[in-house]
Amino acid sequence: MKKTGKDIAEEGTRKGITRRDFFGMAWKGLGILVAIESVGMITAYFFSGKNKKTTAPKQLLEAGLVDSFGPGSVSAFMGGRFYLARQQDGGFIALSLRCTHLGCSVSWEENKKRFICPCHSSAFDISGEVLNPPAARALDYYPVLIENGVVKVDIGTLKERKSARKEQLIYA
Amino acid sequence: MRTIFLHLHPVKVNETALRFNRTFGLGGMAVLLIVIQIITGILLRFYYVPSPAEAYNSVLFLKNQVLFGQFIRNIHYWSGVFLLLIAFLHFLRVFFTGAYRDSRSINWLFGLFLLVLIVFANFTGYLLPWDQLAYWAITVSTNIIGYLPVVGESLRNSIIGGMELNADTLQTFFTFHTALFPFLLIAIVLYHFWRVRKAGGVLLPETPGKSEMVPVMPNLVFREFIVGLVLMAILLIFASLFNAPLLEKANPSYSMNPTKAPWYFAGVQELLMHFHPFFAAFIIPLSVIVFLAWIPFFKYNEPPNGHWFISGKGIRSSKYTAIFATVATLAGILFNAYVLNFEIVMQGIPALISNGIIPLLILFLLMGGYYQFYLKGFRLSKAELVQAVFVFIVVAFIILSLTGIFFRGKDMELTFPWNV
Repeated sequence: MKKTGKDIAEEGTRKGITRRDFFGMAWKGLGILVAIESVGMITAYFFSGKNKKTTAPKQLLEAGLVDSFGPGSVSAFMGGRFYLARQQDGGFIALSLRCTHLGCSVSWEENKKRFICPCHSSAFDISGEVLNPPAARALDYYPVLIENGVVKVDIGTLKERKSARKEQLIYA
Repeated sequence: MRTIFLHLHPVKVNETALRFNRTFGLGGMAVLLIVIQIITGILLRFYYVPSPAEAYNSVLFLKNQVLFGQFIRNIHYWSGVFLLLIAFLHFLRVFFTGAYRDSRSINWLFGLFLLVLIVFANFTGYLLPWDQLAYWAITVSTNIIGYLPVVGESLRNSIIGGMELNADTLQTFFTFHTALFPFLLIAIVLYHFWRVRKAGGVLLPETPGKSEMVPVMPNLVFREFIVGLVLMAILLIFASLFNAPLLEKANPSYSMNPTKAPWYFAGVQELLMHFHPFFAAFIIPLSVIVFLAWIPFFKYNEPPNGHWFISGKGIRSSKYTAIFATVATLAGILFNAYVLNFEIVMQGIPALISNGIIPLLILFLLMGGYYQFYLKGFRLSKAELVQAVFVFIVVAFIILSLTGIFFRGKDMELTFPWNV
């Protein structure tokens, strides 16, 4: 006897899954796949172009002659977004303006000898170390190079740190 | 036109649902404000240029050269403020009349989502003028994201497209503010309304007498028209009297003192003054949101009766909890600011414990004590107890926000409003 479509369908039912069920599930699976792909694509599209690390090539900014910065002096370089701070012992460090608490710009208070953040009154000493919370980390810094008696700052590379340490200072 | 309006309504509506003090018309007001936002937003886009070099100048041009430019900007600004306040009041109204569970639980979730969406629609708009106020408020707020565990730093950098606010940030915020959020808002608001109808309209208390069904036209439609007109009048008065703020052009080298987050984040900012950022910006807000989303799904013993604050007991316990929350929050703020700074006193201990777990434990002890020695005596039902917790959260949030907005002056020190 010739099998009709109905017979085949019934046969399938006995096995637990019909051709119709199979295709139904396959289509649903495809639908889910398309949804996942789309979400993945949109997420990748959005984040890949946005999350830029500051891996700019070396951008050296000449700050000036070593001798023009006295010990214990702080000079602002607003264009480079840093303060060049020379410690009492002659070591140089280029401190970022950005407060490590919530990113406001700190300013150097000459008479108090400290950097103060106007937003939540965090304070930092001349080496960038925290003097007063809420900031929990020392100020970030840019690498300093001294060539032929000239101080240069690499404003392409921002370095983060937990606390200020001696080896972060550069000597002439 | 008339048929479209009628299509959004049922044919007949219960007479008691029309009483103004049942809903205060808050949901309808929110919709009108959204419509006004969209119209004025489109008008502003004819002149606004979303680039750091041009944005500020284009707002100045709008303000000084364009006929009604300042006025349209003022309306957009004030309807944004009103929308947040009205949406918040609507959220309170829905909760305190018990219209958040059974057939309405999903709609409660969508309502919460709308509230969050409105906050972020406001937030993304805050940056667009690119003045000092905008620049530093958004800097501070986005830096808070950086304190989220693991993903914080990279999420923050993705949202603002770099280490500091830049052209990418403005582009992203502009797209969210003028394309994605309005679209989502319209879609979800329509769904939100449709679900109210599916649930059988506004939740009503059982009344002893027979309440009559009356035709929507003109009974409801005309009332909506009047409420809308009065709201617009108030909005226009605000827009003519008070200009939307605009300071000098953004200067990344010079922070404002004080720098405050936008006013609707002032509560979180105030928490940040007292708790480690991991708790203030993450654990506490997240627990609150989870609690709010969970509210419809607790097991309650009896169905909502539609009465304000459930019962007489509910009214009294809410009142006392509100007083307790006010006193506890104010005392906490003052104690932490003037008597004991946990982080400075316990310097050897990590800030996460000294300024996070310890103050939080003290807070829980206080709340536990209040429950044990006072609230327990009321023998509250489950719904009334949830209501008490809700009251505590809302009142504490309002007190924190008011402190942040009106009582934080130079260097973010506590001061009086006239010094801010």
